[in-house]
Amino acid sequence: MNIDGVNNGIVLDHIKAGESMRIYHLLGLDKLSCSVAVIQNVNSTKYGKKDIIKIDEDINLDFDMLGYIDPNITVNHVLDSKLVKKVHLELPKEIKNVIICKNPRCITSVEQEIVHKFKLVDKTKKVYRCVYCDHEAK
Amino acid sequence: MSNVRNLINITDLSLAEIDHLIEIADDIVAHPEMYNEICAHKKLATLFFEPSTRTRLSFEAAMLELGGSVLGFSSANSSSAAKGESVSDTIRTVGCYADIIAMRHPKEGAPIVAAERTTVPIINGGDGGHFHPTQTLTDLLTIKRKKGRLNNLVIGLCGDLQFGRTVHSLIEAMLRYENIEFILISPDELKVPDYIKEEMNKAGVKWREVTRLEDAMSELDILYMTRVQRERFFNEADYIRLKDSYILNLDKLKTAKEDLAILHPLPRVNEISVEVDDDPRACYFFQALCGKHIRMALILFLLGIK
Repeated sequence: MNIDGVNNGIVLDHIKAGESMRIYHLLGLDKLSCSVAVIQNVNSTKYGKKDIIKIDEDINLDFDMLGYIDPNITVNHVLDSKLVKKVHLELPKEIKNVIICKNPRCITSVEQEIVHKFKLVDKTKKVYRCVYCDHEAK
Repeated sequence: MSNVRNLINITDLSLAEIDHLIEIADDIVAHPEMYNEICAHKKLATLFFEPSTRTRLSFEAAMLELGGSVLGFSSANSSSAAKGESVSDTIRTVGCYADIIAMRHPKEGAPIVAAERTTVPIINGGDGGHFHPTQTLTDLLTIKRKKGRLNNLVIGLCGDLQFGRTVHSLIEAMLRYENIEFILISPDELKVPDYIKEEMNKAGVKWREVTRLEDAMSELDILYMTRVQRERFFNEADYIRLKDSYILNLDKLKTAKEDLAILHPLPRVNEISVEVDDDPRACYFFQALCGKHIRMALILFLLGIK
């Protein structure tokens, strides 16, 4: 299967197999006017199978959201068909409006304009808690 | 937004700051004349979206004794919240009228939202089952005054340990002091949540769970009573079977230490028999007085008045 390389843009590599469409929508890639390729189930020596997303434009990405979804993703910036920068993600300390607090007793459940903020409390177990009510994100 | 200090959770205060508040509270008692005009022309807003007796009145009494004024409301029905106004908008408005705000709200995290919307200091007077830091400060001042220390204590927490926010906050606060041991006295249905146990383990404190008050009584320096509510039980039979184990009376106190301090955040229903009230070890009404003193100290601290 042939997919053209990116000339100027971004390649999201090492996406966990099956997660690419979720990331595609969460990052709002469906709203871009440039070419975007979603490649699923690519053979990977490291992970067995992986997904890749190629974006033919150097857009601003929400690294926090991406890092929360999968900190193993690598972000490759390509300029004139050459890799110019490789970003290794990590779990963000705080994420905003990525997950919604499910606690019915939380103030965010009744006041719509409040940004849903979660903080990282345990990096090893990837535990995030709501900044307002301390409810654990599931 | 600014360097303004708020009190949302007890852990917002360092141990040194808690010591400082206790010192101010004691100085207020020793030298009341030095404090009775110190907050003149300052206004405290008490925004109670949920009913309260002690917390609201002690805040208001505290501000009045400091020479300041109070404004506010005592239920959501008597505020624009009844018309559907958001906490954010209420706070933005009240922040224009008051120098400091004490609030209680049934939703967890409401005071954090408030603190994000104003530069006026916010004091959390209870947000649902989440935090109640001024009760914890009250508890700490009471323990300090009665025992002369906040370390080297065996603390029994009795009753509803699952939903009791005052219990969770007190454990969280006491974990920072040395040589504290907790004995958690509750029915199986109302044990402390796992995350509190994890925190105790992380802090390396000694703790154990028992189901009968009598099994812990003789060891305790502090007995912190809370109410076991009928509605928390899955069935009536369990409630009837267990309720008497968590009612403190003079008979159960027979094995207690002579210098035991009995605390209760109040209101009490029947979990402490009235016959205990005259026992010198009963501290819960003294505790209510301590609540006013520590809130006076807190208001001064957050307003930056020395």
